[in-house]
Amino acid sequence: MIIFISCIILFLIGLYSIVTKRNLIKIAIGFALMEYAINLLFALIGFRKGALAPIITSVDSPHNFVDPIPQALVLTAIVIALGTTALMLVVIMRIYEKYKTFDIAEIKKLKG
Amino acid sequence: MIELYLFLVFMIVAAIIATEIKDLLAAVISLGAVGFSVAIMFILVQAPDLAIVQIVVEVLTVVIFVAVILRSTHIDETVGKKIAGTQITAVVLFSVFAFLFLFAMFKAIQELPAFGNATMRIAKEYIRLGLTQVGGANMVANVILDYRALDTLGEATVLFTSVIGVVALMRKSGRKK
Repeated sequence: MIIFISCIILFLIGLYSIVTKRNLIKIAIGFALMEYAINLLFALIGFRKGALAPIITSVDSPHNFVDPIPQALVLTAIVIALGTTALMLVVIMRIYEKYKTFDIAEIKKLKG
Repeated sequence: MIELYLFLVFMIVAAIIATEIKDLLAAVISLGAVGFSVAIMFILVQAPDLAIVQIVVEVLTVVIFVAVILRSTHIDETVGKKIAGTQITAVVLFSVFAFLFLFAMFKAIQELPAFGNATMRIAKEYIRLGLTQVGGANMVANVILDYRALDTLGEATVLFTSVIGVVALMRKSGRKK
């Protein structure tokens, strides 16, 4: 219970960074933090006490595994997070080359 | 399971440092600390596949962040500046939203099974039949490559689209000066 709420707090720190920070790199960091928090929440929901990783080592032994479906979904989400972060950072780099600043207020001023 | 709580406290502290510090390089290193803590927590909750992928992705993320910062500036000039009116509005709106969101999530989490007691309604069938139907010993690989293969196809599409975007934006020729 508390562990899930802690994940939500981590998510809200990322959202705070996106909504209130004026530096573009800080906004990208906020996105990354939100992704980590959600991935971790999914992996924690699928956990069972005393269970093993979902890999069959022998056919006869009882299959006492943690839930593999959240892990499969998160595996997809982690890779997509890398793609979006890379694209976001390339756009940020081009914005810096044009305006010579990361401050979104300055970028709005220079738009003309 | 006390180590999970310790790692979560460490991650929250590192996340606050990453958002508030003036040096962007230090902020990215704090982000890396959060990411590697996530990898260690994946190992602790019995998800070795996720831990492997998380370590690879985390290294790449930090390298891309550092490359962008080295090509620009590593000082966040917006820290310590006079706070504008729009920023106060943003903080107030965020506080209201955060309160409502925490309340809603508190209600939603009470509906979930308690930590450590996942119900596994679908996964039971996957685990029982996975070895005979698909033939793989790793259940996560069975799910992403067979039972939910279309999901993985969508993931590959998104990944290649983002790679095309990155290549199109990074190229030197054809850009107007």
